[in-house]
Amino acid sequence: MSPPLLEARGLSLRYGAVPALDDVALSIWPGEVVAIVGESGSGKTTLLRVLSGLLRPEAGTVLYRAPAGATHAVHDMGEAALRRLQRTDWGFVHQNPRDGLRLGISAGGNIGERLMATGARHYGTIRGAATEWLKRVEIDPARIDGLPRTFSGGMQQRLQIARTLVTHPRLVFMDEPTGGLDVSVQARLLDLIRALVADLGLSVLLVTHDIAAARLLAHRMLVMRQGRVVEEGLTDRVLDDPQHEYTQLLVASVLAA
Amino acid sequence: MSAVPAARPAEDAAAEGGEDRSDGSAGRLAGYNLGYLDENTKRMIRRTLLKAVAIPGHQVPFGSREMPLPYGWGTGGIQVTAAVIGPEDRLKVIDQGADDTTNAVSIRRFFARVAGVATTERTREASIIQTRHRIPETPLREGQIIVYQVPMPEPLFRLEPRVAETRRMHALADYGLMHVKLYEDIARHGQVAISYNYPVMVNGRYLMAPSPIPSFDNPKMDRMPALQLFGAGREKRIYAVPPYTAVKSLDFEDHPFQPVRAPAACALCGSQESYLDEVVTDDRGGRIFVCSDTDYCHTRQAAQPREAAE
Repeated sequence: MSPPLLEARGLSLRYGAVPALDDVALSIWPGEVVAIVGESGSGKTTLLRVLSGLLRPEAGTVLYRAPAGATHAVHDMGEAALRRLQRTDWGFVHQNPRDGLRLGISAGGNIGERLMATGARHYGTIRGAATEWLKRVEIDPARIDGLPRTFSGGMQQRLQIARTLVTHPRLVFMDEPTGGLDVSVQARLLDLIRALVADLGLSVLLVTHDIAAARLLAHRMLVMRQGRVVEEGLTDRVLDDPQHEYTQLLVASVLAA
Repeated sequence: MSAVPAARPAEDAAAEGGEDRSDGSAGRLAGYNLGYLDENTKRMIRRTLLKAVAIPGHQVPFGSREMPLPYGWGTGGIQVTAAVIGPEDRLKVIDQGADDTTNAVSIRRFFARVAGVATTERTREASIIQTRHRIPETPLREGQIIVYQVPMPEPLFRLEPRVAETRRMHALADYGLMHVKLYEDIARHGQVAISYNYPVMVNGRYLMAPSPIPSFDNPKMDRMPALQLFGAGREKRIYAVPPYTAVKSLDFEDHPFQPVRAPAACALCGSQESYLDEVVTDDRGGRIFVCSDTDYCHTRQAAQPREAAE
């Protein structure tokens, strides 16, 4: 088996007296989609922020294996190297597209930003890539010069995904990508993410409280509660045969349509 | 400077400073140190200048002083000039290319009084040129110093409102955002819609605001033989471009940098190359284009037989 792409060990972080992360370990292999589920306040988003280098843990390490084979400790990297990693090899999809997009800049500019940040200096090429990605996320390419604030919520989220994936990252962190969208839009977005993940062979770390989304997308699943990982396993196994009482409660609480 | 060998303070910075003991020699005003600023302030500014020259395009903070003119009128430039000027210098001050506008006249007179220096309107004869919004048409040569008045030294300030974040972007040479702005301009207007203060990369490392000079003047900054100093008084920043340093205007490979110039000839001297101002001549739509660099225009007019001039 190939070594994991991202490996975290013994992560701990407290917000005052509240343990947000308590000795969390996690690995993600190339091409794998891992869902982190749990209730609000269980430390899911904190975990994502620590893994992606946005937040420094009090204890523990996060190791990332670069394409060349070298292993980097994410929190010991220089700021420039980390930023380059976040721009090229990684992507971050925020729950609220307004956090991930530049609202005053056209859709094309939003998609092109990561390309330009990594040195693309040919307007035609950048615009071609933007058009291509708008098509891939099912946005009419005629709206390439439209401002994101004139887009619907679902379109904004798809634009954010296009903007993140344009540099072909290997690992994408998604924080509740379907949160705040209505169900039919959610379904389309989930379809789109699933297709893109399969096409590009992405590794995805998906934070969600939507069990159905996790079942649809994820290969593996971690259940978090009060900063601890209480259960971990293949998605179908965890959802069909939950062992921990909290997981049982979580699975039992899902509304069947 | 008086002929009396002044009792020099121990500091080496006093090369062109010295104590003020003049009482009107060379028309200098009594009661002021040479060049208005006290020696310690000059020393601080010179130290900042040295650092700025050592890191081309990098904005170095300095303790900007209050000057006897309002912010926005050239407080930064005047402090830099005061710190480098010496009694043997010959000063030229231009405002939008002109030697005879209020700002230029008053700053020139200020230095004539507090430093007792000779002044000139000739670009060729000047050793220090303080400028607002233009670079003279006559190419500058080695040994000259051009001092720019800078209202806003941060090229990214309209794009990134957080100062701390812009510093980080400079530190990491993370300038993708500036290109996003250029991309937006081309997408909306078909071309880069920045006609002045056009952002440049200095020495391939720092993004720099060239002060509000027209983009027409940007190519003159590239590998200029003269020393270029930039002072921003309100924002308390100094930066510099040493002689013969590469200064490149940002662009895309398929949309190369295009300096903007009015498609006309100067109505007074007939120049086809100089940067032109549009002047309204009456209230029936009459207008002419004239050189914004008055010295350049006068020189050309004097050289040709009187025909084009009024």
